[in-house]
Amino acid sequence: MKADRSLIYGICLALCIAALMAANLLFGSVDIPAEAVWHILSGGEAEKAGWTYIVWESRFPQCVTALLCGAALSASGLMLQTVFNNPLADSSILGISSGASLGVALVVMAGGGAVGLGLSGFFSVVLGALVGAAAVLLLILFLSFLIRDSVMLLIAGIMIGYVVSSVISLLSFFSASDNVHSFVVWGLGNFGGVSLDQLPAFSCCVAAGLLIAVLLIKPLNALLLGTRYAENLGINVRRVRNLLLLSTGILTAVTTAFCGPIAFIGLAVPHIARLLLGTSNHNSLMPVTLLCGGALALFCNLVCVLPGSLGVIPLNAVTPVVGAPVIIYVIINRRKLQYFN
Amino acid sequence: MGSRVAVMEGRGLAVGYRGKQGKVVHRDLNFRLYSGELTCLLGANGAGKSTLLRTLSALQPPLGGELELLGRPVGSYSLKERSRLIGVVLTDKTQTGGLTVYELVALGRQPHTGFFGRLDAHDKDMIDYALQAAGISHKSDVYVAQLSDGERQKAMIARALVQECPLVLLDEPTAFLDVVSRIEIMALLRRLAVEENKAVLLSTHDVEQALVLSDRLWLLAGTCGLECGVTEDLILANRIDSLFKGQQNVRFDLMHGGFSPTVEGKKRICLEASDEVLRHWAQNALNRHGYFCLDSEQAAGLNLPFLDVQSSRQLLLVVGGAEFVCSSFENLFEVLAINSD
Repeated sequence: MKADRSLIYGICLALCIAALMAANLLFGSVDIPAEAVWHILSGGEAEKAGWTYIVWESRFPQCVTALLCGAALSASGLMLQTVFNNPLADSSILGISSGASLGVALVVMAGGGAVGLGLSGFFSVVLGALVGAAAVLLLILFLSFLIRDSVMLLIAGIMIGYVVSSVISLLSFFSASDNVHSFVVWGLGNFGGVSLDQLPAFSCCVAAGLLIAVLLIKPLNALLLGTRYAENLGINVRRVRNLLLLSTGILTAVTTAFCGPIAFIGLAVPHIARLLLGTSNHNSLMPVTLLCGGALALFCNLVCVLPGSLGVIPLNAVTPVVGAPVIIYVIINRRKLQYFN
Repeated sequence: MGSRVAVMEGRGLAVGYRGKQGKVVHRDLNFRLYSGELTCLLGANGAGKSTLLRTLSALQPPLGGELELLGRPVGSYSLKERSRLIGVVLTDKTQTGGLTVYELVALGRQPHTGFFGRLDAHDKDMIDYALQAAGISHKSDVYVAQLSDGERQKAMIARALVQECPLVLLDEPTAFLDVVSRIEIMALLRRLAVEENKAVLLSTHDVEQALVLSDRLWLLAGTCGLECGVTEDLILANRIDSLFKGQQNVRFDLMHGGFSPTVEGKKRICLEASDEVLRHWAQNALNRHGYFCLDSEQAAGLNLPFLDVQSSRQLLLVVGGAEFVCSSFENLFEVLAINSD
């Protein structure tokens, strides 16, 4: 019964993702006929050399990046919600993506160059983001022992986010205007931040984070009962929590480093998945959350290129419009939603 | 009781909290928990019942002394081994509203399942059996959020049951339940202890039920440590009163097995009744109104008011030389109010 339901949703979402990927490859600021796109993807040369470049260097990596980022952000949102026993937790609310942003800002402005040129650039940016994200994660973890009330912990996270943002503002105030510009553009969010060369490394990092998440499904279920019950069930709570936070840190850091701090996907998608499935059981919730996240990110990316030749809408102008209504719906109906009680 | 085994034994155990502001709550506790018996831990609020239970369930290390589980120190078991020996039901808030009762109970199989927590046929049999034993199988497909408090507690007991532990510890499993559920839960736990030969220890404030259903009592008082014994031995040795030592206004009613406020009356009355039930409730009413009740022998020559309860509709009162026949207790107290000075 339950397994069938999640399997059906899984198949539907996979089809959805396939359709959205096709749409993402077909539509963009430049008009390329469908046959030409197909021809290029199957290895042929297009009538215009520019088209080949656009499809391979821009649309294809962007498509894969959106899929992976969506899954990564959603998985980290789900893990944070379970670990902190708080359905409104996510890496942007708790200030973790701000931490990653600060790390990136330090690397970009200190390095004085555009984000990530070559593999060494890639790793220095990822490392910066990872250190920043980890620092905020540790701070939140420490605060979670002092602040038992989950709403208060969220507010503390928002405060940390503000403080980190003001540090970033100070940094940009003292930096060269070129660097500031590239940093501001990056901050608007864009799945096009990963080039074809960087795509394998990027995919590996995300895959590593997601692998940890998937391997921790059993302890995640135990954590639904709270840490004491989980420990009684033989779960090494400290180790599991560290691994979960490591996974969250990697996923947040890698996505933030390349695509900017993307809000609302990590917060909203686990709720969409729970509403679809009607369960908090991570056995089905985790895979459906990953698929939903990928689909939603592809959808948002598609919306961004809707104006066609007029330009591209910043990603962070789209995700809140999609995500915020979900959260408001969930908050209004929280008494009726089983997983809130 | 030939095959009685001490599942857990404490010798000179000290419990409490470590750390800077840590303190020893109790020291030198000696006890044994036997299989096949229901043991109730009684104590006033703040007496340290939860601290003791958490120490016994190894969720908190002992501060001194020895604590043995099946003949070996509790600390010598690995987390995994312990999860198959000690099952707990705590008062912690859980996040399980979005799971079905079946899924919640299935979490209790985690110590027995593999890395991904897949349930085999034996696991499923155990879950069905536990749902049945706890009397909650008719709700197995219902969300935990939709259960009443009593049903939720039964589900948590079923969850502890599928862990297949010889020792089950429960922290106030009957708190917040109505009297029917309280009796159901206590009777269920007693039945499980006997039928499955488990050692079951629960803390409770429900003295009346504990005295009826518990094989053994553990009395934990703020100052004089832990006192253990078979229920009736402790009752008849007047040990129950020691629970609330120093409380002048509460006393243990040896006859009826419950606590009641001490009678604060200066007035005295001679009471006769045609049977024990009438005598009990007449005394109850008179005590509440500040009358000490004496029988005819004690009252001889004292010239006290005299009440003879012949039936609930016929109460004969002699006060100040006048005779009244009252038709109810309401009537009786009206007459007493007028005639007492």
